[in-house]
Amino acid sequence: MNWVLKRTGQSVFTVWAVATISFGLIRLMPGGAEDIIVARIHESQGSDVPAEVIREQVQHRINIDPNAPIHEAYLQYMGGLVRGDFGHSVYLNRDVATILAEALPWTIFLMAISTLLTFGLALSLGAMMAYKEGTRFDISQTGVAILTTSIPYYVAAVLFIAYLGNRTSIFPARGRYPAVVEPGFTIQFIVGSFHHAILPAASFVLTVYGLTALAMRGNSIQILGEDYVRVARLRGLSDRRIALRYVGRNAVLPMYTSLLISIGFMFGGSIILEELFQYPGIGYYMYQAIEYQDMPLMMGTFLVITVAVVIALFVGDATYSKLDPRIKSGDDSESY
Amino acid sequence: MTVSPTEGDREPQTDGGEMFATAELTQISRRQRYGEWFQEAVREPFSIAWEDWRMKVGLTIILGFIAMAALAWVSSSTFWVLENVTILEEPISNQGPQSLQPFESSDHLLGTDNQGRDILAGVVHATPMMLQMILAGAVFATVMATAVGTVAGYKGGTTERILMTISDVAMTIPGLPLVIVLVVLINPQNPWFIGIIITINVWAGIARTIHSQVLTLREHSYVEASRTMGISTPRVIQKDILPNLMPYITVNFVYSARRVIYDSVALYFLGILSFQTVENWGVMMNLAYQTAGALYNPATTYMLIIPMIPIIVLSFGLILFAQGTDRLFNPRVRTRQSGRTEPTEDADDDTPRVPQ
Repeated sequence: MNWVLKRTGQSVFTVWAVATISFGLIRLMPGGAEDIIVARIHESQGSDVPAEVIREQVQHRINIDPNAPIHEAYLQYMGGLVRGDFGHSVYLNRDVATILAEALPWTIFLMAISTLLTFGLALSLGAMMAYKEGTRFDISQTGVAILTTSIPYYVAAVLFIAYLGNRTSIFPARGRYPAVVEPGFTIQFIVGSFHHAILPAASFVLTVYGLTALAMRGNSIQILGEDYVRVARLRGLSDRRIALRYVGRNAVLPMYTSLLISIGFMFGGSIILEELFQYPGIGYYMYQAIEYQDMPLMMGTFLVITVAVVIALFVGDATYSKLDPRIKSGDDSESY
Repeated sequence: MTVSPTEGDREPQTDGGEMFATAELTQISRRQRYGEWFQEAVREPFSIAWEDWRMKVGLTIILGFIAMAALAWVSSSTFWVLENVTILEEPISNQGPQSLQPFESSDHLLGTDNQGRDILAGVVHATPMMLQMILAGAVFATVMATAVGTVAGYKGGTTERILMTISDVAMTIPGLPLVIVLVVLINPQNPWFIGIIITINVWAGIARTIHSQVLTLREHSYVEASRTMGISTPRVIQKDILPNLMPYITVNFVYSARRVIYDSVALYFLGILSFQTVENWGVMMNLAYQTAGALYNPATTYMLIIPMIPIIVLSFGLILFAQGTDRLFNPRVRTRQSGRTEPTEDADDDTPRVPQ
């Protein structure tokens, strides 16, 4: 219980810190988002726009009154965020919150597939390599893992799009679902969605699994040599039980942090992947926002991606404490 | 994790060298001392590491890129006599026919892009800036992480709580979106600065790893001995803690370097970082993607594929290098290196990994 409280507090603190940073980037930084918005207004409506009009428009777009003292503007901005008001996108002429609410499920769908497949592939392959240490399978798979890890995910994406998407059309290279299918709870729609998610997910999975697989392999080999594994064998426990409970579990634990970090990495990477695949999720809109200098949309997507990652990490951490009962609740190390 | 206390013992200074040195009969000249230091700290580790094929290949690749950068620097430099030395022309528009396929002309070995720029020249001349970014980013990330991780882990108490909370927050913020927002708002041009922005929160994850290592190290008896002898905290960190962290620091240096390559190329590729010339492999990919339709047109795909090759090869070299340091840092692998024929890599767990 103590742990849950502490971890929740930390998550809330992170979200607050990021919101504050984003306020700072909008308001305080010279040449920051607010200045860009004002410049855009001048650009589109002439340089002699009355100050009052600018004030209103800026406030409408990002919830920050440019003339208010800083603490008031801060409270106003944070209040807006708490109410779910991320401002108004100029380029799409819609509320940022509506755009993001529509896009977020798709990004989560894509990320969930990629994450699960990556971890599944990496952990099982790593364990298999460890069991067959030194065999041809192990050596060749180690080579493949190092090689695929050297390929950036967007390079894989570009190759997939060029060769599997555009040239041969084996897989769709753009969009979230087939254009002819109505969104709804139908089989065509669901199958179509998965079909469209294959290439983006594969770009991630095939280029990210390698290092995790190698780490899993190393950990498993080490644990296979431990005495308690031998004792478990002597006790006549089933291989399956030994592989899962004795070896697998202990091999995964030290890697947990890096697994969690890779969730954040994947969400971040969605900006590039979704743009390449024209897949309108959060990342796609962030890219659009940058291209059209749409500051409210850009800051909104940044915040939403962060919150998504914070939640994912929270869930991840919670499962960690289930796997590892040794989690300490307090800090009991001596200070000097 | 295995930490070898012998690592600390190898350092002649840590065991209170002065106390016995005065009693020593033989006088050691300064030259001898440096010679010994070189032998112990550079040559031996190097020859051990060199036996690993991964280290050989990885180091060769990295040196190859440094040579490529030197070549580009000499060719483009206007410094003194170097002004007259041009081994490979800088890429300029219309220096050759447009959209020349690779391996068709000996003047333009890798072909030209749709504006007649030599692709080989583009690849080579992008290297110096890339290496600057890598160096800046990787140094920033590792130094930051090492400082935060060791101080937090060793000091404990409130310092630890504050530093680790900051790291946790920084680690949670997804890197690329933060970098993109900063790049859009700041619009950096200087390669050193770009490198630092890219690793703006990469240090946090590494600091966590180092912190947890320090937590186990600080309980070792030789650290406790130093502390009870009244040796100051910075000195204990420097002499007893840091040498044991070298594997983590090296490996993470390499992985931050890889991160800088990935992200900088991505930022140029998507056109988020502005550019004037073909100054990055990402720029070449961007132009191929945006202006030459390389995704659809098989005739121009080479413009997209060729700049991808140095990216992949360089990160391949870096990863091999990181994997190869196993043998160097892992005492278990190291002690049996002479005896066994086929060294297994069961030490892999000891090299920390930050996957991305």
